[in-house]
Amino acid sequence: MTIKEIQDEIIDEFSMFDDWMQRYEYIIELGKSLPLIKEEYKTDDNLIKGCQSKVWLQGEQNDDKIVFTADSDAILTKGIIAILIRAFSNQKASDIINADTEFIDEIGLKEHLSATRANGLVSMIKNIKMYALAFDAKNKN
Amino acid sequence: MLDIQKIRADFPILSEKVNGKPLIYFDNGATSQKPQVVIDAEAKYYQEINANIHRGVHTLSQLATDAYEISRVKLQHHINAKFSHEVLFTSGTTHGINLVANGFASILKPGDEVLVSSLEHHSNIVPWQMLCEKTGAVLKVIPINEEGELIISEYESLLSEKTKIVTVNHISNALGVINPVKEMIAKAHAVGAAVLIDGAQAVPHLKPDVQDLDCDFYAFSGHKMCGPTGTGILYGKEAWLNKLPPYQGGGEMIKEVTFEKTTYADLPHKFEAGTPNIAGGIVLGTAVDYLNEVGFGNIQLQEKKLLEHATKRLLEIEGLRIYGNGKNKASVVSFNIDGIHPYDIGSIIDKLGIAVRTGHHCAQPIMNFFCIPGTIRASFSFYNTKEEIDEMVEAVKKAKTMLS
Repeated sequence: MTIKEIQDEIIDEFSMFDDWMQRYEYIIELGKSLPLIKEEYKTDDNLIKGCQSKVWLQGEQNDDKIVFTADSDAILTKGIIAILIRAFSNQKASDIINADTEFIDEIGLKEHLSATRANGLVSMIKNIKMYALAFDAKNKN
Repeated sequence: MLDIQKIRADFPILSEKVNGKPLIYFDNGATSQKPQVVIDAEAKYYQEINANIHRGVHTLSQLATDAYEISRVKLQHHINAKFSHEVLFTSGTTHGINLVANGFASILKPGDEVLVSSLEHHSNIVPWQMLCEKTGAVLKVIPINEEGELIISEYESLLSEKTKIVTVNHISNALGVINPVKEMIAKAHAVGAAVLIDGAQAVPHLKPDVQDLDCDFYAFSGHKMCGPTGTGILYGKEAWLNKLPPYQGGGEMIKEVTFEKTTYADLPHKFEAGTPNIAGGIVLGTAVDYLNEVGFGNIQLQEKKLLEHATKRLLEIEGLRIYGNGKNKASVVSFNIDGIHPYDIGSIIDKLGIAVRTGHHCAQPIMNFFCIPGTIRASFSFYNTKEEIDEMVEAVKKAKTMLS
């Protein structure tokens, strides 16, 4: 599936909920399916800055695709990073770089993009894109 | 006895809705809400007497200057300072602390010691670290016990003739612990050290008497005591303020300027360079009038009730731990639930219309001491009610169910 197709699928799933509580419960549920980062990768280098909770993110190249794993000490944050990983993991670097992130808005997580939210959703997206940029540059060399 | 409903009617924001729910505001430690008289006074200043102060001969400038200086005198009486020129207008507590720390750069020598407490907000740690880096002085830290109280015997053994300044908060922002500052000041003076009290969290709850405390400096913010943001006071004993060099250069703080030499203005103007927050300074006086009208006795009585109720109700929740359990506490409850990140609880109860603070509260050393990433902090003001606390307890229970 392309990033866009996955994002549409996520939007579809979230459209079934009519209130924030169901949405949050689903995010908590999604957190449980997060592909967990290996303990040895839980280093300061892999820690995403700008989060009130701790988030570790690791990207690895698998053929021409990037595979992400992550973890967080907060449950909601874990769910949010799981949503991002579902959309962006196992995709080509160039596709990740060019992908937009509008779907965050559509699933009702816009408030998490505000600067006062210390969950670092913006930083998470930035880190995912940075991985893609780095792999892309490496492959071109 | 306070008529809480009447008091609540003074604060227009308390009838606002957040996320479709009536606002329950328990983030008073971060900033307090403002009564209508304060909001009106700010507008009135701009509508009627806005002019630059201390220089114009025209009537409007005189009116603005008078209002500003009357407010200074109000603040002087409020904290019982000996002279009004010991009361400096600042932009807030952080500004006041930096002003003093900066001044001490010309006093400290390598090997001198600065004593801070483990309970401090970052704004009462970092300026002193910067000062130590600049001067070669050494930063020493007063430790706390498991209840979040400063260990006074350790404090005593840290004090020596090397100690030049001790800096401690009157009330801890993260835990709400009230520190025995009067006793600590006397002990510091016995070794010849100056003392700065960070009163940011104290002034919403009590009326500090700087002469009785005998502190050398007392810094606080207006916005935590029903006043406007960007306002604050630094009290300093006259002798100290005369001794310290100016913090910022500019207009207003000079006596005479030539390219060869500038002489500085007398107190308080020596420390008030540039056009200040005139409206804010004046309205801070209005806020103090409002609080005194409500009465600090009434405020403390109501807040004590709220603290007791919240402590009792929250402890009904299994796995909930309160940090800071000393006997002397302001109306602040800092807590966590076993195995749940404070951020998760905070996010969910926010959705239920309850504003609390989550995180390290700009006091990371305290969080490190307890080995936690942060806490949920509910800080109550006299305009809060027991019913609101009950709502919060229900919300926390709901969050706990969702998250476990």
